[in-house]
Amino acid sequence: MNNFDDNRPNPDDLLASLKVDEEKGKRGKLKIFFGMCAGVGKTYSMLEAAHIEKKKGADIVIGYVETHNRKETNELVKGFELVARKSYTYKSTSLEEMDLDAIIARKPQIVLVDELAHTNVHGSRHLKRFQDVQEILDHGIHVYTTVNVQHLESRSEIVAQITGIIVRETIPDDVFERADDVELVDLTPDELLQRLSEGKVYATERSKEAVQNFFRKGNITALREMALRIVADRVDRQLHDYMQLKRIKGPWKSGVHLLVAVTYTEQSTKLLRWAKNLADMMGGSLQAIYVETSHELTPKESEALDKNINLAKQLGISLRIVTNYDLVKAIVDFAQKENITHIIIGKPRERNLIALFRLGNFVNRLIRYSGNIDVYILGSDNTVDDKYKRKAARPSFTSSISQYLISTAIVAFTALVCYLIKSLVGYQVVSFVLLFAVSILAFFLGTGPILLASTLSALIWNYFFIPPFYTLHVEKTEDMLMLIMFFIIALLNGVLTSRIRRQEKKIRIREERTHALYQLAKELSTVSGINEVLDLAFRDIQKYFGLESAVFLKDESDRLERQPRHPSALNLTENDISIAQWTFRHSAKAGKFSDTLPSSNYTFYPLRGNNDNMGVIAVQHLRVFTQGEEQFWEGFLPQISGKIEREFLRMTARTAYILNESDKLYKTLFNSISHELRIPVATILGGSDTLIAQDYSPESRKMLHEEINQAAIRLNRLIENLLNMSRLDSGRLTPRIDWCDLHDLINEVIQSLSTELNDFNVDVVLPDDMPLVQFDFGLMEQVIHNLLLNATQLAPKGSSLRVKFFYDNGFLFIQVMDRGPGFSVSDLPMVFNKFYRGELAVAGGTGLGLSIVKGIVEAHKGTITAENRANGGALFTIKIPTNTSDLTNLQPENKI
Amino acid sequence: MADKEAILIIDDEVQIRRLLEITLSSNGYKILSAANGHEGISQAASHAPVLIILDLGLPDTDGFVVLKKLREWYQKPIIILSVRSSEDDIIKALDTGANDYLTKPFRTGELLARIRVAIRQNQGNGENPRFSFGSLEIDLSSHLVRKNNEILKLTSTEFSLLSLFARNEGRVLTHHYILKEVWGMGYIDQTQYLRVFVAQLRKKIEDNPAKPKLLITESGIGYRFGN
Repeated sequence: MNNFDDNRPNPDDLLASLKVDEEKGKRGKLKIFFGMCAGVGKTYSMLEAAHIEKKKGADIVIGYVETHNRKETNELVKGFELVARKSYTYKSTSLEEMDLDAIIARKPQIVLVDELAHTNVHGSRHLKRFQDVQEILDHGIHVYTTVNVQHLESRSEIVAQITGIIVRETIPDDVFERADDVELVDLTPDELLQRLSEGKVYATERSKEAVQNFFRKGNITALREMALRIVADRVDRQLHDYMQLKRIKGPWKSGVHLLVAVTYTEQSTKLLRWAKNLADMMGGSLQAIYVETSHELTPKESEALDKNINLAKQLGISLRIVTNYDLVKAIVDFAQKENITHIIIGKPRERNLIALFRLGNFVNRLIRYSGNIDVYILGSDNTVDDKYKRKAARPSFTSSISQYLISTAIVAFTALVCYLIKSLVGYQVVSFVLLFAVSILAFFLGTGPILLASTLSALIWNYFFIPPFYTLHVEKTEDMLMLIMFFIIALLNGVLTSRIRRQEKKIRIREERTHALYQLAKELSTVSGINEVLDLAFRDIQKYFGLESAVFLKDESDRLERQPRHPSALNLTENDISIAQWTFRHSAKAGKFSDTLPSSNYTFYPLRGNNDNMGVIAVQHLRVFTQGEEQFWEGFLPQISGKIEREFLRMTARTAYILNESDKLYKTLFNSISHELRIPVATILGGSDTLIAQDYSPESRKMLHEEINQAAIRLNRLIENLLNMSRLDSGRLTPRIDWCDLHDLINEVIQSLSTELNDFNVDVVLPDDMPLVQFDFGLMEQVIHNLLLNATQLAPKGSSLRVKFFYDNGFLFIQVMDRGPGFSVSDLPMVFNKFYRGELAVAGGTGLGLSIVKGIVEAHKGTITAENRANGGALFTIKIPTNTSDLTNLQPENKI
Repeated sequence: MADKEAILIIDDEVQIRRLLEITLSSNGYKILSAANGHEGISQAASHAPVLIILDLGLPDTDGFVVLKKLREWYQKPIIILSVRSSEDDIIKALDTGANDYLTKPFRTGELLARIRVAIRQNQGNGENPRFSFGSLEIDLSSHLVRKNNEILKLTSTEFSLLSLFARNEGRVLTHHYILKEVWGMGYIDQTQYLRVFVAQLRKKIEDNPAKPKLLITESGIGYRFGN
């Protein structure tokens, strides 16, 4: 089965490995001193290693080291800086823990932290010390730490079996596997026992009995083997990784992909650990699957299921939840889709009737349908089995007492009715009526009550209706046959219906959630702008989860805003804000019902976008999410963060566009304006220099003065235009809308341009009864000024200019016309562009006049168009929405 | 024009001060100058200048504050000369008590004209109820207005408006000020009244209402009366 592909390193894996390396480069490195049990000298070795590094000049501090008062260890601690521990008071006892923040603030190169699996005292930031260590590593500080084999999550069970001591302090396997360096601290069992007898282990008096039970040669040998195996496996895998990374062709194991089926039993807990070990041994990948069937979970079962799912997470196994009535089909379908090579299941132990209904011939069917996929069946141990059996019998009868009462009452009532009409219909028909009642009940009641109803109705029919009456004895063979058939039909009908109903209910809930997600996606696509997106999110979280929420977004410098959006919903304290910051930095859930800072009232989830965290959402959980809700939530959040990310990207794109545009503008500005600025400055400088240096005739002096004056006027006009332009561009120019008299307006413009207009025939078309209109007088004056000035520069002298005003249906129209050359086809779309100079433009213009006009008109929410007149010349049409004055109340007034 | 009285220039720009000193002293005015608001106020107090030219952008104090402080006791004209050209600034300065407002860059000829008008208006006998502007004669006591010796028929509002302008010859009156004086506080935003009456008044008093010579529009700010 060694096909060609198997011999080649997978490019995805290579990429992944590069990425892991890259990430690791920024993080601190984790070195684990790993031993089979306490007393082998892990702390000692760690301190020794630290001394060697220190001699090389490394900056090392002790974060937390437990010497157990061993003399040699005490000696080694000397010479290192100790970061003071932090005291916590819990239930009136004061306990000391490592001071995480002090270590991060101190920022040494290496920090020594003993006992990685330690559980922190209540009130600390994290539940477990390994989480503290992750945070230290995140800050680029290297960590030396110690771990015993029994602390590994996947081995804790076996260790408990070997030694009889249940270990509660564990670390996820993942943490161990991702350590950069693991150094085995080994001692032969004899040496260890000798050290024990010399009192070098556990110097303080602990429970002697427990110690002696634990440190038996058999135990120690077993633990030692386990520790050695783990380290050997690790070396194996490193070699494998190395070969793959360096593209060394080697005997790659053909892709082994394992799938473990998990349920809500304790057996599954074991199954998961076992599968993990197996996958490690085989060097293959491992996934888990949970199939949600119609079986309704009791609270206990769903708790057990949650525990198993969490365990899978801790073991680093990806777990998929699928809903299917048929277990076998669900597992096989999934396995085929994921190219699974081995399926691992537990041996089913339900032996009763219900179990038979539920599971059918599960194992046989699985083996039959799984084709070339191997199936591993893990045996069960009996102690668990017995407990389970008792439990397993229960769930089908978990329906409430009232359901049983209802089912009894309905059957009794039906029987009574039948009894009354018995003489009319005959006893065979009665059976159908009873059957009918049971079938109807099945729509509303659970399996237990239906079983009761079936049995009860069969008994009643027999006792009251089948002759001989009032006895369970049945005389005729056909009656007997009918009774048996009646019972079976009632049972099957009832149980099947109630199962279909449950299945339906589950599917409906899932459908509702899928629909909700679809709805959310649809709604999200219709809103735009961060605030609208957030409003929608808050509303929908309230609607679907019944939770109040608030969001912290990241700001432009990629830090989390301190001010939450929607702050009124939650009562967030300063402490909560720092939890939000933590969540944002570590991209992990924190707060209530999580492993980090669980003392908060709120739970904080990172809003993960595709590339980056967009922020943090805080919600007020009233209880832990069920598995279904959790899944729904996990589908819900990415939609929101995705949308927020898109909104952020849109804003960034907009900023980029504006920057790009203004960049272009600056280039044009420098090309066009530097020329326009330098000419008048040159005239002023040159002219004044001459005036200072030399004695000219009064006529020459006068001419120079005039030149300087003209240059200054030109310069001033340019500056005015630039200032106006920048005010328009910055959006700071808001028109001061006021009532204006158009007569006044045009008169002002004509007077201010009197010199320029001298050579033209100006024709103003403005009805005498034109009402007052609303705009900014000063700005509109400039609009007409610029348009007319433009015309005087281009139109031939002596030609006529026309300015026409009229009001139509809510709009004021202003038209400015000349008999100049008009626009060339190429000019027309660009005339309003900044710094655009038409082909026929005269010297001395800046190319700003018309774009200022356009800016002002648009600030009035109006439009301006340019076109060529039919008989030659340019025509500008301005259209501005405005009110007109109603002054009827002003008119009548007495004359003096 | 020997020995006119002193004009105080409060401006922190040396070049502007020097330009003004040259221009004004060659027109016969005595010059006092101050480079900041504090100095300006003390100069005004100790020398009682006949007019003050004030810049709004001063290094130590905001020009508006200086204007306000001066107006607490200084009765004579103050002309603002500033680079700030927004209508808001101009209106604020006029409403705070400035007699006139010129933006930099300015033409020296215009500045001199404004100074003359301001001083004349200030010295003019406020008791005299008779005014004459070219062919227009106004007699406030008898409520009579003549143009080319013909009596004009004015409505009472037109007359109040015209008399307000006549009494403030050469001075820019803001829209709000005029509305408040003629119509009352409640009409302060009814600018359309003002537009209509100004247009009516122009038709009666101007030779050519399309090219007003007496009632001049100061765009976006108000009106100025006189030539």
